Amino acid sequence: MAKTVDQYFDELQQTRVWRSIFRSGTGSSTLKRALAIQQNVFLHLFSTKVRTRMLSFSATWYLGTLTLGTFLILVATGIPLMLYYHPSAPQAYADTKDLQFVVSSGMFLRNLHRWSAHAMVFLVFAHMFKVFYRGAYRTPREFNWVIGVVLLLITLLLSYTGYLLPWDQLAYWAITVGSNIASAVPVIGDKIHFLLLGGHAVNANALLRFYVLHCMILPLTAMFFVAIHFWRIRKDGGLYNHDSEPATIRAKNGRTSSGKEAK
Amino acid sequence: MAEEKKGELGSDLTRRQFFTKLGLGSLSIAAVGTAAFSYQYLEPNVLYEPSPVVNAGKPDRYPLDSVTLDVNNGIYIIHSQEGYFSLSAVCTHLGCLTAWKQELGIIACPCHGSKFETNGKKIEGPAPKPLPWKRVWINDDGDVLVDRSTDVPALARDSFVRV
Repeated sequence: MAKTVDQYFDELQQTRVWRSIFRSGTGSSTLKRALAIQQNVFLHLFSTKVRTRMLSFSATWYLGTLTLGTFLILVATGIPLMLYYHPSAPQAYADTKDLQFVVSSGMFLRNLHRWSAHAMVFLVFAHMFKVFYRGAYRTPREFNWVIGVVLLLITLLLSYTGYLLPWDQLAYWAITVGSNIASAVPVIGDKIHFLLLGGHAVNANALLRFYVLHCMILPLTAMFFVAIHFWRIRKDGGLYNHDSEPATIRAKNGRTSSGKEAK
Repeated sequence: MAEEKKGELGSDLTRRQFFTKLGLGSLSIAAVGTAAFSYQYLEPNVLYEPSPVVNAGKPDRYPLDSVTLDVNNGIYIIHSQEGYFSLSAVCTHLGCLTAWKQELGIIACPCHGSKFETNGKKIEGPAPKPLPWKRVWINDDGDVLVDRSTDVPALARDSFVRV
């Protein structure tokens, strides 16, 4: 009797190598499935159990997940773009042109990076609106809202720093204007402007600083806060679902799911 | 007196508390030091930026009643009836390079629409301030020099250079 693919997979899962990597083992009992989530370094950030209703599109419109998706596309396209781009004043613009017209699939990667960046900014805002209007920011999720605001700022800073890298006229003057807005901060404004640009005007130092911020500091900071953001979803009781909130919290937040005042 | 105080202080602290305080104190000092060094590191000590003093060439390059924009240095050289003077061409709003509009006889910023007279005076915003005047002089070779780092009072007698 010929084996089915499933049977091969089952056998693979019984092997010593597989079992040494995936500790929770096989089987479809609730415990085993919970352990598969809980014992995985990536998945353990999430709740081990989720209500089916919360996985439906209408519950969240998948906006947070889609934001993560665009972020992953940006990492996956940004790293190959770095292989052809030199963050130096004489080369940056020519490299951007090369990526657009000379490098195989360069235009595709660059455009994907650009459009994903636009999509990410849009999705972050959409996610925040959805969370706000569902009331999902309320107790005990206030801190996760704050983390979300930090992530919004990081997203905008990533967009802003990426804007300079093509080193064309649009980039140059946009960053000139943007960094001059930073100078408007009382007392320390000029200092911030100087430290951000590494000089008094947008020049080679500014390009390099923005490159390091865009490719290293900001993405790493984003990943750090994204990890906390996800972990807090679990710690604050999973995805927000008003009907399953504890009565005390529901009373405190003051409204029932039908929108009427709580008794 | 001093010994008495020392004794009081000693009696309040256990050995463990003393070392905890000592450790936290040392770490705090190290953290402040690291912050200070980081700040110093991030602030460049040497800038490879162009010199603020610009050689604008011989005065006869600039006809009477002309406004000439030096794009690379961000200044105007203006030859008026009163003499030569120089204006910063950098908009006082958000730092864009302004342009001389000969047909309108004004200086205008392409970014957000600020307008200035040829003496730097603001016609309309959003720029908050007039374009600053820069120090101008003639060197021994007879060239016009402009110091972009030094502002001089607008329309003041000494702010013009006459040849």
